[in-house]
Amino acid sequence: MSATSSARVEQGRNRRDRFWSAMRYRYTPYLLLLPAVLVTLAIVFYPIVRSLWISLHYYVLTRLRFVEFIGLENYRTVLSDRVFWTSLRHSVIYVGFTVSAQFVFGLITALLLNQKFWGRGFVRAIILVPWVTPGVLTGFMWRWIYDGNFGVLNQALIDLGILSSSIPWLAQSSTALGGVIIATIWQGIPFFAIMLLAALQAVPLELYEAADIDGASTWQKFLRITLPLIYPTVLITLLLRMIWVSNYVDIIYVMTAGGPGHSSLTLPVYTFMTARSGLDYGYAATLSVYLTLCLLVVIALYIWMLRRSEAR
Amino acid sequence: MAGSSAKRKSLVTRFFTFTLPLTAILAFQLFPFVWMILTSLKSEVEISSDPFTYLPRNWTFANYGRIFDVLPFARYFVNSAIVASSTAIIGLAISVFAAYALSRFRFYGRNAIMLSFLTIYMFPPVLLLIPLFVIIRSLGLLDTHFSLVLAYSTFTIPFSVWMMTGFLKSIPHDLEEAAMVDGCGRLGAFVRVTLPVAAPALAATGIYIFIFSWIEFIFAVMFTSSDTSRTLVVGLNTLVGQFTINWGLLTAGGVVTAIPAILLFTLIQRQLIQGLSAGAVKG
Repeated sequence: MSATSSARVEQGRNRRDRFWSAMRYRYTPYLLLLPAVLVTLAIVFYPIVRSLWISLHYYVLTRLRFVEFIGLENYRTVLSDRVFWTSLRHSVIYVGFTVSAQFVFGLITALLLNQKFWGRGFVRAIILVPWVTPGVLTGFMWRWIYDGNFGVLNQALIDLGILSSSIPWLAQSSTALGGVIIATIWQGIPFFAIMLLAALQAVPLELYEAADIDGASTWQKFLRITLPLIYPTVLITLLLRMIWVSNYVDIIYVMTAGGPGHSSLTLPVYTFMTARSGLDYGYAATLSVYLTLCLLVVIALYIWMLRRSEAR
Repeated sequence: MAGSSAKRKSLVTRFFTFTLPLTAILAFQLFPFVWMILTSLKSEVEISSDPFTYLPRNWTFANYGRIFDVLPFARYFVNSAIVASSTAIIGLAISVFAAYALSRFRFYGRNAIMLSFLTIYMFPPVLLLIPLFVIIRSLGLLDTHFSLVLAYSTFTIPFSVWMMTGFLKSIPHDLEEAAMVDGCGRLGAFVRVTLPVAAPALAATGIYIFIFSWIEFIFAVMFTSSDTSRTLVVGLNTLVGQFTINWGLLTAGGVVTAIPAILLFTLIQRQLIQGLSAGAVKG
């Protein structure tokens, strides 16, 4: 073989190698993503499509012989369903009160934990415990505290002379929703506290020192320095919490199952109970679609905020 | 406020602006646990007796023994452990390569994929509950561990992809590139060089999935119907009778259920808090 032709072969091989390595670089990420994407398509997208399909049917688990395509009938029924509107209103109240109280107490906790004191690491760890407690257990603990016969809350209020007789907190419609809200606030304070603490620790100390030189008060420093700097974290955390809390089922289900009457029924609990106790899967699927539509607005806002703060 | 408190606050101010509020918040956050533990250590008679007792008159562990007699609680414990660890292992295995691709390559559709994983993770569980129940029922998989692993993967896979992508991004590429120069393939370099460095982050993600599966209720209560697959939280719920609840047993069972989750959580606290700011962790 002559020198020139072997050089040409070499060159061709190089080019081929380069081509393949370029192809490899191009397709490797897709190959790597394939398992996750396929599994997600199979267990998330397919079920969602299936859910939309089920929502177009009369589909009651005990009457499977009578499953029938009914078009948008379920969607129309929901709009004239009193319980749907009640549960939607309760959802708004539940999420609104819960998330704003979690935020206020979470911020106070974060400000306290941001100070130096003996045992801070321990307190910071222990304060997070409610957050990894099973929702069911959170529900039970609070149900036991509120108990109308042997509950510690009633007993303590009677011993303090505030009440003269026990109140069945979760069994009367005027206090059930409030009781559930307090339990949920309890569960979510740690999350806010830790998120906001991380944001507080990222605020440069020099800013406070400069403000000290200018003679700013603690309150002024908080309003002019701290708040503007943690604002993006605050917004993102608020939206994130709104999404999670809107989806909660277990705490309410265990505490009141939405009762008495429908006084503590929220939309996801209504959906869950329609499937679990009512066995009406067609209608439950429809309710879950409505719930998702409501949430999509918040999710979209959250993602928009998140991307904007990442871009910055 | 943070940092330079140049002027010493008087002890009184410190008490009202710091000690008192911190104590109040801690008391509020810890009281339900304290009350659960105290109740679990009382006898059944004492719990529902007049006069009311705050502290147990006779401290007893009887409820902790009885919970294992009344219910197949050990079986539930094993079921929870099987479901949670399988979900964690499967979730990690499937998502680690996806996270690698998302953290190391720029390619068409990357952002769209990231966003859809994030969005899926925020969908209401009840949206997937109904179709998954119908699908799992028609596959004859109701009342199996696998049905729960499948259901939890819907959330844990997108979650772990999102969280691990964040972790992997924070590991510098240099090491990997050096290994590639030394003749490792791209994937080889990732497996041999980056993965060991990322091990704590992977463990944290795995443990978080474990905890999530350990405490999940609504899928577990829908998909399981017998002791062969019932998890701990569902087992707890079976203690609720039509009219009465045995609070001694329920609180003892609650303590047993909560302890593994709390212990595991303390292991991964630091990484988890880091992952929190990526907005991926479910509250």
